[in-house]
Amino acid sequence: MSVNLLLVQLLNGAQLGILLFLVAAGLTLVFGVMDFINLAHGVQYMLGAYVAASLGVWANSFWLGLLLALPVSLLIGLVLEWLVFRHLYGRDHLSQVLATFGVILTVDDAVRAIWGSAPLPVPQPEGFTGGVEIMPGLTYPTFRLAIIVVGLLVALLLWLLVDRTKAGMLVRAGASNAPMVSALGVDIGKLFTLVFGFGAMLAGFAGALAGPVFAVTPGMGDAVLILAFVVIVIGGIGSIRGAFIAAVLVGLIDTLGRAMLPDLLRLVMDASSARQTGAALASMLVYIVMAAILFFSPAGLFPVRRG
Amino acid sequence: MNRRALLGTAAAAGFSGAMPSLVRAQAPGIKVGFLATLSGPAATLGNQLRDGWLLSVKHLDGKLGGVPVETLVIDDELKPDVALTKVRAALERDKVDAVVGVVFSNILQAVFRPVTESQTFLITANAGPSTYAGRGCNPYFFTTAYQNDQPHATMGQVAQDEGYKRIFILVPNYQAGKDAVAGFKSRFKGEVVDEIYVPLNQLDFSTEVAKIAAAKPDAIFTFMPGGLGVNLVRAYRQAGLASIPFLSTFTVDEATLPAQQDAALGFYTAATWAPDFANDQSKRFVKDFEAAYGYVPGNYAAQAYDAALLVDSAVKKTGGRMSDKAAVRAALEKADFTSLRGNFRLGVNHYPVQDFYLCKVVKRPDGKYATETVRKVLTNDTDPHAAECRMR
Repeated sequence: MSVNLLLVQLLNGAQLGILLFLVAAGLTLVFGVMDFINLAHGVQYMLGAYVAASLGVWANSFWLGLLLALPVSLLIGLVLEWLVFRHLYGRDHLSQVLATFGVILTVDDAVRAIWGSAPLPVPQPEGFTGGVEIMPGLTYPTFRLAIIVVGLLVALLLWLLVDRTKAGMLVRAGASNAPMVSALGVDIGKLFTLVFGFGAMLAGFAGALAGPVFAVTPGMGDAVLILAFVVIVIGGIGSIRGAFIAAVLVGLIDTLGRAMLPDLLRLVMDASSARQTGAALASMLVYIVMAAILFFSPAGLFPVRRG
Repeated sequence: MNRRALLGTAAAAGFSGAMPSLVRAQAPGIKVGFLATLSGPAATLGNQLRDGWLLSVKHLDGKLGGVPVETLVIDDELKPDVALTKVRAALERDKVDAVVGVVFSNILQAVFRPVTESQTFLITANAGPSTYAGRGCNPYFFTTAYQNDQPHATMGQVAQDEGYKRIFILVPNYQAGKDAVAGFKSRFKGEVVDEIYVPLNQLDFSTEVAKIAAAKPDAIFTFMPGGLGVNLVRAYRQAGLASIPFLSTFTVDEATLPAQQDAALGFYTAATWAPDFANDQSKRFVKDFEAAYGYVPGNYAAQAYDAALLVDSAVKKTGGRMSDKAAVRAALEKADFTSLRGNFRLGVNHYPVQDFYLCKVVKRPDGKYATETVRKVLTNDTDPHAAECRMR
């Protein structure tokens, strides 16, 4: 493998990681602060992609669609919180898993009823349709580079928000000891709603960004959701910093595993079985790494201290 | 409830004056159970199949062979157990004369025995697994589609004809993906520089696309149905690889083109039919289909349209006596109808012997995307399993 190809694969890994981070950030906050398992988080990602695609076609501009998708995602998140999730905070995890799984099924079918089951056409982002030739014969789309930059900016913004503002302080305090925060006179219900809406908006934003790159189909959030859970478990539940590092790690491991494992295995076995084993092993790799990390550090890489 | 109990109940119902069941049994019409995947991500294919059949019936004035036909549309939800339950009900309660449709091979496998063992005709308009083409061929099973190996083999022939020396293969890691590779290799004799198997829930193809760019093959061969194909085609185009010929099967077709749009322009696929076929019947089909359903018909719809013509021809030949199974079977085997594809007959294993075409994605003057025939690749092609079939 040439240096150029390795560089391209590193970029691919980083880009996947950044996208995962945007989904995982909201998930880890909701899980960490509210101790609430929200399987329906992937649904927010899917809805973000659908809303951005439809509004983008309507406004004939990808960027306008993206911009409009943000308040709509926030609104959908708040409505879902008010309708369903609010009534589950006090319940045990099993009830939460069951109810939010029900939300996945309902919303997936609603999406099918509204938009149909065929993949949706998405307008290409104006100004970012070209590419940079990083390697002879391969252009790296500028839009994918833009995703990396935007993701890094969002990560920075989140860090400032959580680490440097009063609202962020409350969120961190809530993650450590919610009843104590409540006892100090903070309206914890309002805080929860705020965190939830914000998380939903981030997931919607990720979905909208993913639209021009991936297929916008019903159930597109499911694969992302599983990886996002891996990310927050590796990173430590409730930790934004952990989610960021774990997301990039998962993105890199997944990409490099797929890129290199079949070739590496060919050194020790014949070509056709190396391909099969390599493919199987590459798709398991992130889970193996997760298991290994949990073995040595059961609370993840950056555990949130609980009071 | 077992069969005897069921019959007992039916008899009792008859004596107590519940006439409708008796009346229905004597009704002269034909009843067809149309089985297709109409929900879930693959519903686009099921819709094509159903709409093709319904249009054909409409063109025949709601009759098959002059006998009024009733179509019961059944959604298999892409779940073999659901398909089995619903098909059993259609056989035992509704007493359908034939089960038609079927998008996926695993659904066909689930319903195959109950349908054929009840001596009901099973005619698929898309699924054509090798299982029933060779030793497993069955007098009650017919297909108007193709045997699954054939489109992949067609692409192998294309790569061979074009003189490509180095091919890069990319398929999903499951049985159909491996069959695609085997089918392609059965006719392509050059070097396969690399084969990549990706998981079915693959998110992003940028890794694979980078590997393709590094390997610099003469062309790639891929089989990426549904959303996977949308992802791949976008990543391939965006990475500037479109100068490397994109040979594919079931990756760019009328079901996925509405989402792929410009990204798929100039990409190749193998098919038995394309909407630009010049014969008058095909032209009428495409025109009426688009007017009625608002989208471009693909292979799937054309094969279902032909399925109705096939049944129509058999009913005509037997004078509407669907109960005379031997006569119906003989009439079906004749396949005495004009297919949208032109050249069409059924082989000994009841799979079509037909021509296969290389097709290319184009943008039509009206702004819609469709496939267009480039050239005929295989003529009168019989599938490789037909020789093993000993039809009873």
